[in-house]
Amino acid sequence: MEETPPEKTTQRLRPPIRNVGILSWIRANLFNGWFNTILSLVFAYVLFLTIPPFIEWAFINSNWVSTSEECKASSGACWSIVTANIRFILFGFYPHDLQWRPLLAVVILVLLLFYSQNRKHWAKSLAYAWAIGLFSMGLLLKGGLFGLVSVDSSNWGGLPLTLLLSVFGLTAAYPVGIILALGRQSNMPIIKSFCIIYIELIRGVPLISLLFMSSVVFPLFLPEGMSINPILRAQVAIIMFTAAYIAEVVRGGLQGVERGQYEAAESIGLNYFQSMRRIILPQALRIVIPPSVSILISAFKDTSLVVIIALYDLLKTTQTTLSDPKWMGYSSEAYIFVAMIYFVCCFFMSNYSRKLEKELDTDL
Amino acid sequence: MDTTAVKRIPFFRDPSKLAILYQILSIAGVALLAYYLISNTLANLERQSISTGFGFFAKESAFEIGESIIDYSSADSYGRALVVGFLNTLIVSLIGITLTVFLGSFIGIARLSSNWLVAKLSAAYIELFQDIPILLQLFFWYAFFYEMLPSPRQALNPIDGLFLCNRGLIFAIPAWHTAFLYAGIAFIVGLIIIFFLKRWVAKQQEATGRSFPTVKVSIAILLGLPLLAWLVSGAPTEMNTPALKGFNFKGGITISPEFTALLLGLVLYTAAFVAEVVRAGIQSVSKGQKEAAMSIGLKPGLVLNLVVLPQALRVIIPPLTSQLLNLTKNSSLAVAIGYPDFVSVAGTTINQTGQAIEGVALIMIVYLIFSLSTSAYMNWYNKKIAIVER
Repeated sequence: MEETPPEKTTQRLRPPIRNVGILSWIRANLFNGWFNTILSLVFAYVLFLTIPPFIEWAFINSNWVSTSEECKASSGACWSIVTANIRFILFGFYPHDLQWRPLLAVVILVLLLFYSQNRKHWAKSLAYAWAIGLFSMGLLLKGGLFGLVSVDSSNWGGLPLTLLLSVFGLTAAYPVGIILALGRQSNMPIIKSFCIIYIELIRGVPLISLLFMSSVVFPLFLPEGMSINPILRAQVAIIMFTAAYIAEVVRGGLQGVERGQYEAAESIGLNYFQSMRRIILPQALRIVIPPSVSILISAFKDTSLVVIIALYDLLKTTQTTLSDPKWMGYSSEAYIFVAMIYFVCCFFMSNYSRKLEKELDTDL
Repeated sequence: MDTTAVKRIPFFRDPSKLAILYQILSIAGVALLAYYLISNTLANLERQSISTGFGFFAKESAFEIGESIIDYSSADSYGRALVVGFLNTLIVSLIGITLTVFLGSFIGIARLSSNWLVAKLSAAYIELFQDIPILLQLFFWYAFFYEMLPSPRQALNPIDGLFLCNRGLIFAIPAWHTAFLYAGIAFIVGLIIIFFLKRWVAKQQEATGRSFPTVKVSIAILLGLPLLAWLVSGAPTEMNTPALKGFNFKGGITISPEFTALLLGLVLYTAAFVAEVVRAGIQSVSKGQKEAAMSIGLKPGLVLNLVVLPQALRVIIPPLTSQLLNLTKNSSLAVAIGYPDFVSVAGTTINQTGQAIEGVALIMIVYLIFSLSTSAYMNWYNKKIAIVER
């Protein structure tokens, strides 16, 4: 015999209408209290005043592919300055029919970055992939091997130069920074003071003074007849600068490793290099991954300073386009385009660093 | 013979001896490098017949500087030109720091607002301005002033006495009168009075436990005394208003587009970072602290002043200082938009005299003085506010 379950006497109550739905959300988040109500209204009014005219300027009345004469006739944005000069802005004076090479280099870099994003892929093979990738990027830009026509570095420019300076800068600065950080933590007074002087000296001056140094003072340091090309000089300045900042970040990581780890390494008889290599650094570097990404972001932004010593990075090519009488006066459009490139890159990197911080935080 | 004696450790396994060896090697390496660079440099300088030393300080500079707060002309010396540049850097940094602290704190607090719109807009602001290079922002604002704003003849005139055009921001200032001098003196006197008032209030509170509305009284003194001085000395209201004469404005105060663009760029960029610092500081104070303070009967103002702020400031001040130092260092980008700051003047000096080493060294020394004095202050401050542990 089957017994029917007792009929449910409880009646499901719908939540009060005031607590769900869009209206209540608006009440709770925009109009809770007189102060927030005034704030919401003021900001909504400001947005109402600014957003529609901007959309009209940027999208509705704008010219996307046109000549500069058509632009002058219209009231909207002239994005044509970007579309008409895109190749110069992105690649600078790189020979026109060889521009697939810097493009491919940038694509390789982006793919590598995307692949490295996933922590499951972090292994020794990834380091080799980066080494090969960076080498092939350099090869693609420079040429001269495997039947690629050699392109003089004075013709390098635009986005590849920006990426080159920041990525190579960080890669080369990292080992230097680690050595400086270890030196600063060491108990050898002379080495320690050398490292402290270097780090504090570099961190105390603006990057632009180092770039000036690389462009006007550095040639005086070299023996007669020897010269180094300006890109390499700027690269060295960026590496010197970034290394000091990395040193401070790594020092934070070294201090974050428990004292017991140092003692344990010593007690099993490892010497200084072994204990650093096997025990301390792997843990310290793990802690400093998120701040390192922030350094990469600032290095990426800081490379724009090479404009001042007249290297044709992304910003300089844009300025050169703007000095063309045909396209004069559309700097807002051009700068907004470049700003978007920088923004997208930095935004992804900083989001990634935040995500990483959370992931690593829970593991430890 | 004692056979259990420990064998002598060979020197290449003895860390203390190795340490000495490494240090000797590193000194030798640095000395060699220095010798190599210096000898090359001396040879190069001699070959290119560039003079050395700071003798050029006294020479005539023969270049004009767009804006200066002290008298300067191209007949003055390089030394004076560099002083002008230094003062310009100082001005833009000080004004920039003041504005940045206010704007940054405001946005940082707005970021935590319970108002969805305000919180999201501040988050968007922070993300946007942090992720675009400062130099690009400077170029943008500079171009904005040159291209978007009209010529002086069609200058925008949003409020009476204030003009906005591609020559900069021009506005009226009160015409000079001794009353302002007296008001200034009254303000300083007010500050001194407040200093003693605070000490007295602290003593009173220790003794009697009664509190005193220090903030309100201080504001009243600071505003009231200068106002009184101004009224007593005749209450002058005459203004020095700008007026269009020919192609440009005469009278009033003109803030150049270079200065405005630089200040705007620096403040907007750094404020985004300061906002994050302020937000983190406020969030670092746990809710329990606030509740505990309230439960022992402190008023909301005192909760903020005595419990929340001291703890939040401990977290905020160190990164805030480093951001403000960054602002000072970034002000060197003025050279890119033609504002005559120290780097820009030093750059011109290098070009004219060819003495690159001295020029770059000067730039570095000036910024090092800024940085080192700031970090000395920071160390002192950190010691002062450090939590005293048992």
